[in-house]
Amino acid sequence: MVDVKVQNVSKSYEKGKVLALNEVSFEVEKGELFGLIGPDGAGKTSLFRILTTLIDFDQGEASVLSFDVNKDLKKIRKEVGYMPGRFSLYQDLTVEENLEFFATIFNTSIEENYDLVREIYVQIEPFKDRKAGKLSGGMKQKLALCCALIHRPKVLFLDEPTTGVDTVSRKEFWEMLKRLKEQEITILVSTPYMDEAMLCERIALIQHGSIMSIDSPKGIISKYPDPLYGIKSADMSRLLRLLQDQERVKSANSFGEYHHVSLVEPDSANMDRLLDSLRMEGLEQLEMKPIKPSIEDCFIHLMKEQHGETSH
Amino acid sequence: MERPAIKTHNLTKRFGDFTAAKDLSFEVAKGEIFGFLGANGAGKTTAMRMLCGLSIPSSGEANVAGFDVYRQTENIKRNIGYMSQKFSLYEDLTITENIEFFGGIYGLSNKEIRDRGSALINELGLEKEKKKLVGSLPLGWKQKIAFSVAVLHDPSIVFLDEPTGGVDPVTRRQFWDLIYDASDRGITVFVTTHYMDEAEYCNRISMMVDGEIKALDSPSELKKKFGVESMDDVFFHLARGAKRSDN
Repeated sequence: MVDVKVQNVSKSYEKGKVLALNEVSFEVEKGELFGLIGPDGAGKTSLFRILTTLIDFDQGEASVLSFDVNKDLKKIRKEVGYMPGRFSLYQDLTVEENLEFFATIFNTSIEENYDLVREIYVQIEPFKDRKAGKLSGGMKQKLALCCALIHRPKVLFLDEPTTGVDTVSRKEFWEMLKRLKEQEITILVSTPYMDEAMLCERIALIQHGSIMSIDSPKGIISKYPDPLYGIKSADMSRLLRLLQDQERVKSANSFGEYHHVSLVEPDSANMDRLLDSLRMEGLEQLEMKPIKPSIEDCFIHLMKEQHGETSH
Repeated sequence: MERPAIKTHNLTKRFGDFTAAKDLSFEVAKGEIFGFLGANGAGKTTAMRMLCGLSIPSSGEANVAGFDVYRQTENIKRNIGYMSQKFSLYEDLTITENIEFFGGIYGLSNKEIRDRGSALINELGLEKEKKKLVGSLPLGWKQKIAFSVAVLHDPSIVFLDEPTGGVDPVTRRQFWDLIYDASDRGITVFVTTHYMDEAEYCNRISMMVDGEIKALDSPSELKKKFGVESMDDVFFHLARGAKRSDN
């Protein structure tokens, strides 16, 4: 069963001057953990606002739980949970009051659905009498998730829940999502962190309002067209400049400890010639090895391919 | 050897009975790219505010760009640059107006502002956009311009607080090219980030946990020391046991 369906949706702002979404189509299956992966300005938030019936759009069709987002606003709002990117709880209510408020407006109670939020809520319960505005970043995030869940939604929309959060808290958050998935809640989550893509069942890579690719993370990686190599030397910034000037190099990007390189003709002879010419330039401690592409490699490749991207 | 760009000894900041930053002792060399990492709430912002002359320490010593963090905060402010994801440029001014504004604040002459401003616009290829409001530009452009403006007055040190958050992967790499250029010109770069691949681009990294610096070394030495493959693992190893989880 399809829980979220988006067909050729376009959305512009400022009387058509800014195109936020350009004929976007995708589907999310019931119980699926689906990720929208892309930088700020890609169109992720517009998409969330359309699906949660908060804004209009120019063309196309969209439905959630088979309800039309243009016609069945109230039905959709009853059945979905939404955690916006910006913290949007009541700052001057306490932790407990916020949760109670959201339970009440959905005609339910904390007790009725406590099992669903228990695991997350116990972590912030010691601070239940604290005003939400006084909470730390990570605790706000947990409270917002509890409030989005307290009416037992069938579909959960999470807009950049881990932005600005450190690695440890990000890992914890994804563990929570995995456990929610076991409750058969359909989850649509967005993130600018490419490494988090691997934790979703399927992902859409989105940039400039267009979806560049949709598949499982493994599927997207398997579509990377070239053999990829990691290369490093004692002088990494000079190595990168030299690689980008080489004719036999197709692409060269910095990726932390190693630069990632693909070759025009990826055979071992060409690899040796590349290493020789780099040595001739005086680069020391050269090391080159085949590596597996990451989602970020795929994203960069698709950006350059689809937009002839030099990007700014 | 040249005087370090930053030198601290037992630098401490207390708020009431809460010690936000405790006994920080480290040096950053001129031209070094220094990664300042830590979990949310570890005390990074507190430490950075002291180094920028915005918050007076409770105890300990620190010297930034040759100036004392207790007595010479105004000198410090004039000799550093600063940008963050949250604050970079004025959205309702044009690119040119922002350059003029910040150049003026940092005491550049009109001629310097004109010369350096047009060099900046040239370098970033923004000739056509220079009269556009900054608010109308894509985030990646804004961040690159903000960085260039933060080093327009040739500061000794530039402080970057999560400068690349939310920026697309291609632009993120172009941003680091700008950082390398600044470092080549002798500008010291003090940077925080949540992207662990970016931690690898730093000459050295410090890791703060619960207000203290728990590790400080080059990325490769840190990985060796903890016997792990990536900076992500180093971070996880050190921050996992943190008692304070947030800011």
